[in-house]
Amino acid sequence: MALSSPAPVRRRRRVEPVFYLFLLPTVILFTLAIMVPAVMGIALSFTNSVGFGDFRFIGLTNYIAVFSDPAILAAYLFTIGFAVVTVLLVNVVAFLLAIALTSRIRARIALRAVFVLPMVVSGIVIAYVFNYLFSNSLPSVASAVGFGPLEQSVLANPDLAWLAIVVVTAWQAIPGTLLIYIAGVLAIPSDVYEAASLDGAGGWRQLRSITVPLTAGYVVINLILGFKGFMNTYDIIVGLTGGGPGTSTTSVAMSIFNGFSNGDYSYQMANATIFFLIAIVIALLQLRTTRGKAAL
Amino acid sequence: MSTQVMPAPATHTAPATAGSRPRRRPSRAQRGSWALTIILALCSLTVLVPLYASCVMAFKTTRQAVDGNAFSLPFPLSLDGFVQAWTLTDFPRSFAISVFIAAVTVAGTIALSSFAAFAISHNWENRVFRWSFFYLLAAMFLPFPVVALSQVKLTGMVHLDNPVGVAILHIMFQLSFSVMLFTAFLRSIPTELEESARIDGASTWQVFWRLVFPLLAPMSATVGIFAFLASWNDYMMPTLITADPALQTLPVLQNIFQTQFSNNYNVSFASYLMAMAPAIIVYLISQRWVMSGLTQGAIK
Repeated sequence: MALSSPAPVRRRRRVEPVFYLFLLPTVILFTLAIMVPAVMGIALSFTNSVGFGDFRFIGLTNYIAVFSDPAILAAYLFTIGFAVVTVLLVNVVAFLLAIALTSRIRARIALRAVFVLPMVVSGIVIAYVFNYLFSNSLPSVASAVGFGPLEQSVLANPDLAWLAIVVVTAWQAIPGTLLIYIAGVLAIPSDVYEAASLDGAGGWRQLRSITVPLTAGYVVINLILGFKGFMNTYDIIVGLTGGGPGTSTTSVAMSIFNGFSNGDYSYQMANATIFFLIAIVIALLQLRTTRGKAAL
Repeated sequence: MSTQVMPAPATHTAPATAGSRPRRRPSRAQRGSWALTIILALCSLTVLVPLYASCVMAFKTTRQAVDGNAFSLPFPLSLDGFVQAWTLTDFPRSFAISVFIAAVTVAGTIALSSFAAFAISHNWENRVFRWSFFYLLAAMFLPFPVVALSQVKLTGMVHLDNPVGVAILHIMFQLSFSVMLFTAFLRSIPTELEESARIDGASTWQVFWRLVFPLLAPMSATVGIFAFLASWNDYMMPTLITADPALQTLPVLQNIFQTQFSNNYNVSFASYLMAMAPAIIVYLISQRWVMSGLTQGAIK
């Protein structure tokens, strides 16, 4: 995001050849490992390739089929709904935590360290742990207190399983969002608070009139980054529900990968290309909003 | 990869912690409020309870572990889970593969991105270098599922459907983020330093290794930690790329407990714990840099 140009150094000098040696290996490897596969995949989405052997150009047939495939539409609906709910939950919790963790508390370092911990835990493994807690511990706690709806595993309930995925995804995603908010809150100059204090503004008023408006830029960044990340959710779903019960929690990423093993190669590449276009729209949105912020 | 964090630039270096705002509320005790601390401590249980459950489950006997109570203390204390998990996941081998991939990813990410950032920041006025920067950045917007299927085919064709291929791809996906950090950091280094080194007769290559690379150390720490975490915890890429199950990474291998051995909860939790522990240990050792790299805005 460091889009403002680095200071022009030695403006008229010719480029020393050794700099190409520093740059080109990276650019070439990057092209081979990421750009070539991307272009290849997009090109093959206009063919009937099954991943190997002969294929021919079939135009937009795959795209038309994708748009009329109820399974894929359901995956998009689930993924977008899930991403929206998760991004809201994560940001509300992370923002409140950031405010609390930057105010006068005891054991601040230790508390921050604990709240950041989930960021470093493997998604698939923690999903297995939560899988056990949701299917064994939660039902036994629920029946002990006589709370009916949770006496069965939430993961087996097609209407509730997505909530479990939201909870675990949020559990893991809150730390990253939290760190950005902490940075945002700490970046507010202290004299702003001092001035407000002198004018008689209390803690609540300072929060509403200083902290919230001055961190608005970070909110936008977090919403976009979060949404982009949650659209790609894969391993936590694998660890919790495997896309079920039925196909009720199958995300777009999952449907793309499943298609690969089912031999729907070009068809799923059309799906992936649509997914990519959505990502580009989000990226452009991100560039627009962050360019408005000077330091970004 | 979905959890990757942007470093948030701070507009100034964070002096505004509550402790340094002495005049804000002079009447309040300097050390902080107990009420809020206690509320936060209670909230932190949501983080700690799942980890606590993993620990106590891991030390139970198989018989105690099936009773469905994840929160009871292990009695008697048993290491059977760890012993069995050790053999079931062939721990030394899978651990070594994970360490190999993570180490190559960290070293490769730091080397390639600092090289590229060095070249880019010195030649920004040259179109090739400027466009390379945006080209490398573009991958940040490319969702992995879009390139995954073609990557699986290509890595298979060139016989990189193994840990080496996974490590290379991990490096490639870290590039955008890392080149961005390094480039931003290099801008803050005064050019006079380099010029005096050049007057002393140092070549560009020597300038990089003797002067620039040591100066990059704090940023390298941040880049390295994020590369390590992304690589160690990745699930999608090793699952898709690595063809031979015997070469699978430690976190990915945990899926054997979902199908086989699914009732030996003490074994599976012991194994989960062993798969999570390295990342947690690295974090506890390095959290000073994670925190400072991210919250102090080492880039300006």
